[in-house]
Order: sequence, then structure tokens, then C-alpha cells
Amino acid sequence: MKNTLLALAASAAVLIPAVASAQDDPTKACFIYVGPIGDFGWSYQHHQGLLEAEEHFGDKLETAYLESVPEGADAERAIERFARSGCDIIFTTSFGYMDPTNKIAGRFPDVKFEHATGYKREHPNVATYNSKFHEGRYVQGVIAAKMSEAGVAGYIASFPIPEVVMGINAFLLGAQSVNPDFQVKVVWANTWFDPAKEADAATALIDQGVDIITQHTDSTGPMQVAADRGIKAFGQASDMIEFGKETQLTSIIDDWGPYYIERIQAVIDGTWEQHDVWEGMAEGHVVMAPYTNMPDDVKALAEETEAKIKSGEFDPFTGPIKKQDGSDWLAEGEVAEEGVLLGMNFYVEGVDDQLPQ
Amino acid sequence: MFEAILLTVSMAATPLLLAAIGELVVERSGVLNLGVEGMMIMGAVTGFGVALMTGNPFIGALAAIIVGALFSLLFAFLTLTLVTNQVATGLALTLLGLGLSGMIGESFVGQPGVRLPRLDVPFLSELPIVGRLVFSQDLIFYASVFLTFGVAWFLFYTKAGLTLRSVGDNHASAHALGIKVIRIRYLAVLFGGACAGLAGAHLSLVYVPQWVENMTAGRGWIALALVVFASWRPLRVLAGAYLFGAVSIGQLHAQALGIGIPSQLLSALPYIATIVVLVLISRNRRLTMVNTPASLGRPFVPDR
Amino acid sequence: MRLELVKRQQQSTLFSALSPFLAFGLTIVAGAILFAALGKDPVETLYYYFVDPLRETWSLHELAIKAAPLILIAVGLSICFLSSNWNIGAEGQFIMGAIAGSVLPVLFPDFQFWFVLPLMLIMGMAGGAAYAFIPALLKVRFNTNEILSSLMLVYVAQLFLDWLVRGPWRNPEGFNFPETRNFHEYAILPEIWSASGRAHWGFVFAIVAALVLWFMLSKTLKGFEVKVLGQSPRAGRFAGFSAGRMVVFAFLVSGAMAGLAGISEVSGAIGQLRPTISPGYGFTAIIVAFLGRLNPLGIVAAGLILALTYLGGEAAQISVGLSDKVVRAFQGSILFFVLACDTLIHYRVRLVRPAQKVEAAHV
Repeated sequence: MKNTLLALAASAAVLIPAVASAQDDPTKACFIYVGPIGDFGWSYQHHQGLLEAEEHFGDKLETAYLESVPEGADAERAIERFARSGCDIIFTTSFGYMDPTNKIAGRFPDVKFEHATGYKREHPNVATYNSKFHEGRYVQGVIAAKMSEAGVAGYIASFPIPEVVMGINAFLLGAQSVNPDFQVKVVWANTWFDPAKEADAATALIDQGVDIITQHTDSTGPMQVAADRGIKAFGQASDMIEFGKETQLTSIIDDWGPYYIERIQAVIDGTWEQHDVWEGMAEGHVVMAPYTNMPDDVKALAEETEAKIKSGEFDPFTGPIKKQDGSDWLAEGEVAEEGVLLGMNFYVEGVDDQLPQ
Repeated sequence: MFEAILLTVSMAATPLLLAAIGELVVERSGVLNLGVEGMMIMGAVTGFGVALMTGNPFIGALAAIIVGALFSLLFAFLTLTLVTNQVATGLALTLLGLGLSGMIGESFVGQPGVRLPRLDVPFLSELPIVGRLVFSQDLIFYASVFLTFGVAWFLFYTKAGLTLRSVGDNHASAHALGIKVIRIRYLAVLFGGACAGLAGAHLSLVYVPQWVENMTAGRGWIALALVVFASWRPLRVLAGAYLFGAVSIGQLHAQALGIGIPSQLLSALPYIATIVVLVLISRNRRLTMVNTPASLGRPFVPDR
Repeated sequence: MRLELVKRQQQSTLFSALSPFLAFGLTIVAGAILFAALGKDPVETLYYYFVDPLRETWSLHELAIKAAPLILIAVGLSICFLSSNWNIGAEGQFIMGAIAGSVLPVLFPDFQFWFVLPLMLIMGMAGGAAYAFIPALLKVRFNTNEILSSLMLVYVAQLFLDWLVRGPWRNPEGFNFPETRNFHEYAILPEIWSASGRAHWGFVFAIVAALVLWFMLSKTLKGFEVKVLGQSPRAGRFAGFSAGRMVVFAFLVSGAMAGLAGISEVSGAIGQLRPTISPGYGFTAIIVAFLGRLNPLGIVAAGLILALTYLGGEAAQISVGLSDKVVRAFQGSILFFVLACDTLIHYRVRLVRPAQKVEAAHV
């Protein structure tokens, strides 16, 4: 196995002499996005990270990106093209790029690969990274319980993957810390991005009596519906305040810029090493948009919760927590293991939905 | 709450209805334009952009109509003048529309749009239930209903409508009777483009007043399906659009109520329902044969 | 002044050969104008678009990977379209083929023998054909319009795949992420020539399918039947051909081809089932079928060219920063040029001045 790898490495080096002689050239960072950079959500925020890095490094950095790259055979080709075109570090920003990233990484040992949201690191030149968005959702839950008169929030979810399930649970736990009877109604939109469908989901939830909307899909559709119906809502991925000046309570902003700058710097310094990071508010990867449209006491409570999570004093998944069926999950004071969270496929007590299995 | 749900349904149905009613006229004239999605998205980006720049959503909607028609002109020139294959040209039109709209809309991303205001019909909007539902909507909703009945009347109660249908049924004999087949088809395609443009404007000016790439998300294809589903009858298109809207909204409500069915199955329901209804309708052979434009998709070059 | 078409007595062989070049010339001119207007160097951009992907072996392999499903699906569709069966649901048949073909490696991962792969391919074809049989049956039995039913079934297939990989078929060791387990080595479609790139046998299947169907269409009675029934069902009936049986035949063939493309893509290029396995191959293949003038050999060329525009589009995005939207718009306009130029094969184009006509009327 090792021999084959070496042989492949040698052949790769022959094929791409440009990489070897690229010492004096600017470092090249390349990005692959799953959606259009105009989605104002997931891919948009990653692209903002690229722009931040460009600004930070100036002439020392060269960048390239491909948007709307479908997961599958196309992704593998796109990554290989980057690897061959002299990229020093390649960020692949969708879960579905996991296997292609690892495959190509095995053949280009001199190129660094960073895969967002995945768990496979089959070669020493593959790192994975993700953010603890659920920390922000806990804070949102706290705010929701304070602001809601009905005691029910509507949650527009995309797909039942652990990330999203974790978010719903964190939101509810936050809300229950204020109001133990708080409930969450969940609608699965089965899409990451369809403004009109997300808007429909928001309308349906409002018609069912919720008076706070939060979403784990990417468009600003739900925010606009909430604004139209005069209730409050939370933004997602980017600051959506422009779409609901009197509506947005806060928004969880994915700020990838600091991470990208840190990792590109490591490549420049020659200190890049494989790792798996899952970082949140403390490291500035998850940022809350300004707390708006809420009374001062709610704002104070939200800020306090945020500060506690930031300082590490508190973890959203701290026991006692029961599962949806009433069985015990975490004992008093026990904190959930990251491994369990990363594979989360159950609700905590109080979610008014059946988790699609 | 029932009223609120109906409002949502009409919101979901209006763009489908508009695009479908336009395509119905196109197909009745014997042309199959699969580029509805492309024309819709062009309408959406134009409507949004012009409304944003002028601050006036009405001008935006008007611009969307014009651009939708102009864009369909490209299709008309290729398929009618140059007799290219309609299926392939329509697909290419969609591809071009999705790309072009993304190019045009690059600077609109992340900007809140201008919403087309609701227009209350005096007195009538005060009526219970129907008041809010029918008489307190936006202009595009009124347009969609008006156009449906207008097209129904035009097709079946006017001489021009008869001419258009005869072109669609048998272009050779229509030509022999001295009817200008190509000219009529051009007009029909332009009308279809204008309707699709307005449908797009509904998405970006009423439904969700914003611009994002690919925001039509396949609605143009559903509109195409609706035309066949309705066996080329305008009032059935109306019924079909609202049925489709009702099923897709209904599945969201079923979820919010906590009914534990796989959400994928619920999402698939509108499509399965369409097939079932289609089978039920088309079992009646005589009815569908009467309504199907026999020359649909066939190229026509007049002999001279 | 307006354009007028005059039908040629027979297809122009000259323009048959010339039209692709004419279209290419127009594309180059239009592309140069578009790129220059966007502030890019037109020559450089066109170079990356059309030449760069052909320069290196690995890239040629990628071309074959991208073209394989397009060609496979499109040659199957050509049978449908030639016989006037408007199957636009190949995307769904592609997905169902992939699902049916994946039953063995996903549900019976310990069942590892050399014949697993052939079985998978057969099941893939059967799955695609079975799914295509639905609109065919509905058309024959109930006269249901196949354009609509086949299109609707695409969405159903997509959601079914989505449900499978998120639910019952989810990889038990995959942290609940929506994907099946990776296929074992006996379930992977091998690479043709792995020393130089990763193109798999799917491309060979595509070429073989194109040759076989070309032979069938041009040299056998069945091919004659396809064309006669497509052009005139009445004439076909007089010749003793059954239109109903042709509907079923055409759908089964194109469904099987789409299914084979599906399982080849999954087994050769992806290695597992995922929520989305196709970036719209089934729809793009419709364009390919027409670009290839519904001739299986023409489709091979058309598939390669369309694949080139995808690869070239990426190269241009990376190298000169052309945006993804421009790439797609450019792709759309290429198709328009090709379609428009093909008109010259069947028709002579004349410019007519209305004024002359009026004079003629007076005389």
C-alpha cells in the first residue's frame, strides 16, 4: 500500500512540476462550493471567507473558486483540476465532497486539503473543519421562549442529518431553560434552498399558531413571511436584517474568514498539519448578529447566555436531558460527548415531531 | 385559519397558473415550448431588478412581461423561422435563461426587494372569506384569473381563437385556407413568453420579494405538466394549479401537525396525484383526442 | 425583408458536413464578443474553453467520464424520439437503475464474488426499464400523455432515492449522514486504463450501445419499424406494425440504457448511493440526442462535445475567472447555434424583400 502511494506521489510530482517550483510565487488557495455564491446562505458565506482572506493577505495570496459543483463525479474532477493547477490548499465546502477529497488527496500529497463538515481524514494532508452552530441555536431558543406568547416556535428544517437534528434539540433546550413547557413544531422542507417553498413552510407554521420562526434552510424567504405577518424570526447563515428590519431577533452567522486566514497562514509558514476542528463561538467561527427587536432584559439574558457558552462555562448539551421517548440521556451535570452529537439521530423531550428515520 | 391556508394556496398556485395558461395558448397553436423555466427566471430577475431600480414594482412587472416575451422571441425565431427541433430548443432556452439571469442578477443578491402592493376591490373586499381571498390580492393574482377566463373565452368563443386552434390541429389545412400559420404561432409564443415573464415577476415581487439564483426551482416544469394535466382546457388549468398548490401546502400543514409520514412521501404526493388524475382524465379517450392539438411539436414550413 | 425557407429535395450532404463547423464558427465569434464585453481576453478564454481540456490525458479521461452517461442515455432516447415517444423522464430511469443496481452491494455487503458486478449491471438495466415501463403502460392502456407522466416520475424517483439513503439504506457506520455504505471491491466498475486516469468501463458501454443501436436503426427491420411508426403511425399500421408494442419497446430500451448509465455512474464514478447522483444527465441527454440528430453515432460526437463544454467551462472559471453563470449562458448559445445551423441541411434559406412581391403582384 505504502509503495503504491509513493509511486503515485512520484508520478504526480512528475506530472505537475509547477507545484514543486512554486516556492516564490504567491500561495494559492482554492475553494469549491456546492451552491451558487449568490445563494446568500451557505456558499455565500464561504465565499465571504475567501474574500476576507484575499483582503488579509493581499498580493501574497492567489485564489480561485468553482461554484455550483454537483456532488459526485463532477466534484472529483473539479478537485483534481485544482490540485493540478497549482493550488497549495483546497477547501472543499460540502459534506458530499468527502470521498472525492480523500481520493484526490491520496494522489497529491503536496497539496493540503480542507474538507468542511466531514469526518474522513484518510491521508495526512486532509483536515476537516466544522462549526458548532448549535451553540447559536441554544441562544436563539432562550430568546424565543422569552419572546413567544404562544409558547410554540416553528422550525423550518432541511434534511434530518445530525447537524440539523442537533440544532433543533439545542434550540428547544435553550427555550426550555426559560419555559419548561416550550414546544417546537418542525417542518421538513426537504431542500436547502427554495425561497418560495421555505416561505410556504413558514406560512403553514404561522397558520398553525407559532409566533416565532427559525430556520435551518438557507434563503431569506421565511424572514420575509414573518415580517409580512408581523411576527419575529431568526436569520440563518448570514445577517438577514435587511429582509426583516423589525423582524429579525438575531442571526447565526457562519464566519469562515478567521479559519481560512489561519489555515492559509499555516501553509505559508509551512506549519500546516492535519486536524479535525469543531469550533464555535469562542473561536469566532459562530457569530451572533446584533440582538434586535427585543426588550432590554431579553437582550441581556441572550448576551449572558452567549458569554457563558463563549467562556466554556456552559455547554448547551448539559444534563439532565431526557430523550423524546422519556428515557434518560444525560445525567445531572453530564456533558454530551462530541461523537454522540456528531451522529445525533434522536430528539430530546418536548419536540412536537417524529424524526424521519 | 382555513382562509389563511387558502390564501397560501392561491399564492403557490398563481405563478403556476400564469405560466401554464401562457403555455396552453402556445401549445394550442401547435408549438411545444419547454423553455418555460428559462422565461420565468428571466421574468423574475427583470421584475426584481427594474422594481429595485425604479422603486416601482408595477414597472418591474411590466418589464418582466416585456423581457419574457422578448426572450421567447428567440425560441420563436429558431423553431418557427429556422424550424429547429422544438424540444431541444426549449431545453436550450431554459439553460440560457438560468445562466443569463444569474449574470444579470449578480448584484441583486442579498438586497430586499419591493413588494407589489395588495389592491382592495372596494366593497367586495369586505365580504367574508371570499373578500380577502378574491378581492384583496395583488395585481398579478387578478391578472392570472382574468387571463384564464380571457383565454377560455378567446379560444372557444372568438373567431381568432378558432383560427389559432385550427393552426394547432392541422397546420397544413389551415395554411391551405390562407391562414398565416407562422404569424399566428409567433404571436402565441410571444404571449406564452409574456405570461411566463409575469409568472416569474410574481415570484420575485410577491411570493418572496428577493432575487436569488434558480429561484424558480422547477416551477416552470410543473407549469408544463399542468397544461397536459388539464388536457389543454384553461379552466382545468386553473383547477389543476390550485389543486397542485393545495397538495404542496397541505403536506407542509400535515407536517406541522406532527403527522408522522416520511416527508419525502408527502413531497412526492403532488407528482403522484398528478399522474393519477391524468390517468383518470385520459381514460376518456374521446375527450382527450378532441382537445389535444394534433400538430403539437411538429415543424411547419409552408409550401410555395 | 424576411427569411424564407425552401425545403430541399433531399438532405444536403454538403451542409450535413459543413453545419457543425459553421455553428462552431458562430460560437467562437459570439463567445469572443461576450467574453470581451465582460473584460476577459477572448482568445485566452476560448482557448481554455475548447483546447485546454484536451491537452492532458487525465482530462481526456474526465471527458469520457462526463460523456459516458450522456451518450448512453441519449442513444436510448433516440429510439424513443425517432418513434415519436416523448420520454423526457430519463433522469428518473437513471436514478431507478442506480437504485436497483445497488441492491446487492448495499443490502448484502458480505456477498462478494466476481459475478456481483455483472448482476448489478443487469439489475440496473432492469430497474431503469421497469421504471420506463410505467409511462409506456399508461400510454398504451389509458392513452396518458407520456411527456407528463415520465416527467412527474422523475421527481418521484428523486424523492425515493432521498428517502432510501436517509432512511433504510443509510450507512450504519456513517454517522447518520445521508449516504449508503461504500461499495466493496467486487461492486466497483473498474477503470479502463487506470495508469493514465480514472475513466471507467461506462464509456465503453456507451460506445458499444451506440454501435449496436446504430446497427439496429440503419440495418434491421426493427429500425425501419421504429422510423415508420415515428413518422406516420397510419403507414405503420398498414405495414402491419403495432404502435402499442413500439411504445413499450422504445421505452424499455431507453429505460434500460438510462438504468445502465445510472448504475455505471454510481458503481464507476461515485462508489455509493447519495441523495443526488446526477446533475441532470437525463435532461442534458435530451439535448445531446437532438444535437446528434438522433443518430447514435452522431450522439457519440455530440456527447463528447457537450462534455467538453462542461470541462472547458470549469477551466475557464479557474483560469480566467469566468463566472459559472456566463459558462451556462454560453453553453445555451452554443446549442442554439448548432440547432440553427442544422436547418441548412434540410432547407435553403432565402431573403425575401416584401417590396418585390408587391411589384410582382402589380405586373
